[in-house]
Amino acid sequence: MTTKYTKDHEWVRVDGSVATVGITAYAAEQLGDVVFVELPAVGRVVEKGGDAAVVESVKAASEVYAPISGEVVEVNTALTDEPAKVNAEPTGAGWFMKLKMKNATDLTDLMSEDEYQAYVKGL
Amino acid sequence: MSDLKRTPLFALNTELGGKMVPFAGYDMPVQFPAGIMKEHLHTRAAAGLFDVSHMGQAWLHLDAKGGHDEIAAALETLVPGEIKALKPGQIRYTLLLNDEGGIRDDFMVSRPAALEKAGTLFLVVNAATKDADFAHIAASLKGKAKLERLEDRALIALQGPKAAAVLERIVPGVAAMSFMTIATFTWERAELFVSRSGYTGEDGYEISVPGAMAVAFARVLLSDPAVAPIGLGARDSLRLEAGLCLYGHDIDEQTTPVEAGLTWAIGKRRKLEKGFPGADKIIDQLFNGAKRVRVGIKPEGRAPAREGAEIVDASGAPAGRITSGGFGPTVNGPIAMGYVRADLANDGTSLSLIVRGQKLPARVVPMPFVPKRFHKP
Repeated sequence: MTTKYTKDHEWVRVDGSVATVGITAYAAEQLGDVVFVELPAVGRVVEKGGDAAVVESVKAASEVYAPISGEVVEVNTALTDEPAKVNAEPTGAGWFMKLKMKNATDLTDLMSEDEYQAYVKGL
Repeated sequence: MSDLKRTPLFALNTELGGKMVPFAGYDMPVQFPAGIMKEHLHTRAAAGLFDVSHMGQAWLHLDAKGGHDEIAAALETLVPGEIKALKPGQIRYTLLLNDEGGIRDDFMVSRPAALEKAGTLFLVVNAATKDADFAHIAASLKGKAKLERLEDRALIALQGPKAAAVLERIVPGVAAMSFMTIATFTWERAELFVSRSGYTGEDGYEISVPGAMAVAFARVLLSDPAVAPIGLGARDSLRLEAGLCLYGHDIDEQTTPVEAGLTWAIGKRRKLEKGFPGADKIIDQLFNGAKRVRVGIKPEGRAPAREGAEIVDASGAPAGRITSGGFGPTVNGPIAMGYVRADLANDGTSLSLIVRGQKLPARVVPMPFVPKRFHKP
């Protein structure tokens, strides 16, 4: 399993042809307390870089973009009742959705863990 | 960024870990490390300290000899509030109006208790509008009254159920004050103008302190375990839960006091005598109703509807727009306010809010969203 990162602070963890997507600890920290998460419908096809979900803090709403293209095969419905999981465990229980990956090449321009950490440090 | 102004508490705000953002030309803390949610809940449970030094403080002095009646008469030409009847030490919320009855600003006016201040009023106006307000007041009252801006003073709000006990230990006497009164106290030889007022729906104070003493005074307050620093983010969610208007969002030059649901800020005598800007239009709206009015709105799900979201009625026809909306930490759900067509303003009316292209069910509800807990003697 490899985890890759976007400049918009999403992470994607690939296991075979299924990719789990969430937002990074840095993003969760920047947003502050998450109070609402809008997840895509299962079966929806999302495009790499396109809108996939919305995460809302007390103050503002932010888009979550799809790190890769694919079909939504599962969403984390636990976030509906407990959006705070995004702050508590952004890379674990706070995951957003699982995508059936369309093109493995979508991963090539994403950052590795080390690259992402360096990127965040530079912000 | 470099042309942002700093309040006397800037260094303390950054030392406390404040996340600084530009607001009304000032570099202000939007939140501290605790975060908006905890800061909000802390204010409702204990006491929150807010730097509101960006707001505009000024004396309004009578030019000629005279007393309260004369200075009140001068200010009443610009506002619909009952200013003449203010007792020494009393504060009133009022509105600076334009000639069309629109709201140039909402602000606090106090009649100082001290005899030597007879013929003087103390004004506290919004940060974003202060230059325009003061220019307008000075020009309109030329020959009658003069403004003296208090740029060397900070303003610190201490809000919450423990505010009185905390401040009483530092400034003895403040706990005996009634809500919406002002008094002068001395702390470490500094003159404090202490108002029992605020904009959170909680009991509390707004304390005008000389800028040079502001950090020392704030540190003494913060040394009390009941007090935490609170940023603009929680200030906004607190005032929204309290159903209070944010100038430039819920009220502006295009909204009248009647549309904004602020008719309580129009004095009874003033309604009869008129003599304030836009009086004919405002009195007409008082009798015949306004076409649109500000209401509280509760989205039925968990999704917040933000400022600018369109409101539609049950048939899908345009009904208005959200002017403030977000998540209420004490309510533990989304809350909003906005303007709707007058026929949709009754409590319980079903509406839909357009959020990201979807219709969210909502209904009109009375405000405040949380009960006010002002101090009553």
